[in-house]
Amino acid sequence: MSIIDIACEESRTRGDARVIAVHLKIGRMSGVVSEALLSAFELAREDTLLAAAELKIEDMPVRVHCPQCGCEQLADSIQCLCCSVCGTLSPEITQGCELEVVAMELEPMEVV
Amino acid sequence: MSNHSAANPTRLVQVRTKILKQNDVAARRLRQRFRDHNVFVVSLVSSPGSGKTMFLEQTLASMRQRGHRVAALVGDLATENDAARLARAEVPVRQITTGTVCHLEAEMVENALDGWTLEELDYLFIENVGNLVCPATYDLGESLRLVLFSTTEGEDKPLKYPTIFNTADIAVITKMDLAEVVEFDAVTAHKHIHAVRPGMDILEVSAKSGTQMERWFHRLETQRNASMTDPT
Ligand SMILES: [Zn+2]
Repeated sequence: MSIIDIACEESRTRGDARVIAVHLKIGRMSGVVSEALLSAFELAREDTLLAAAELKIEDMPVRVHCPQCGCEQLADSIQCLCCSVCGTLSPEITQGCELEVVAMELEPMEVV
Repeated sequence: MSNHSAANPTRLVQVRTKILKQNDVAARRLRQRFRDHNVFVVSLVSSPGSGKTMFLEQTLASMRQRGHRVAALVGDLATENDAARLARAEVPVRQITTGTVCHLEAEMVENALDGWTLEELDYLFIENVGNLVCPATYDLGESLRLVLFSTTEGEDKPLKYPTIFNTADIAVITKMDLAEVVEFDAVTAHKHIHAVRPGMDILEVSAKSGTQMERWFHRLETQRNASMTDPT
């Protein structure tokens, strides 16, 4: 699972720090379901530097650039990519496809 | 390296790295393989009953007649068998039975290619399982993705499935010969397609439509040629 790979590599470059939490951004159009991801992570993190880590997921709703309003607006839903303010169909998605690790909380290992 | 600070041992570090799903890794591998062997790969997605199999059958037969080496992979649920029907086009066809899985994944395509010599192929067509939801997030290493829907399904299909239209390159409206009977409004359909995917190329086809199919075959040929000379 690549969240683990990303986090382990990051931790290693910082002197094998213990990972306390991994912050993720998951867009509603990314096709990833947070619940499924969380349960997969539970299994995959065992015996890694992330054994005690927590996933902190930021749910990213879909935003579009609305040509009518001339600015970024929240979309109605993923089924209807229209501006939630004026109803104009706005195909230019500006947010909601994210699937990324944005930050990590690290704790240095005890120095013996 | 130890910058241990007893006062505030926990540090927050910014990372910003895109997560690659397992499928993305396999899809990258596939795309590279196709590129190495100059195989132009087209995938087709639609709801069941959209006329996708007939469109593909015509495409396979015509492309073969035009002197190209073509083959097809067909994703079927356990209960279906479109592969047998496609074999009538007299090109190599393999079935991928997905069981209860409602979409194809890159690794299924990799496994299905086992024993096929890619050097002997110019075009590979991949017919996905009839479903407009799940295939959207599974890259199959294809160069071109077609989303098909029929006039009988209505003009609002793109609005119901914006994600799949967003990931596709060409929209194909099938059963145009029924457009009048079902009062299909092509102008509205085009508007909806372009709303979810601006500038998307649209083909309107029917069992007896010749001109649009010619345009489609021509596009396949020019795009394959372009991809072969493209250094990237
Ligand atoms: Zn607006």
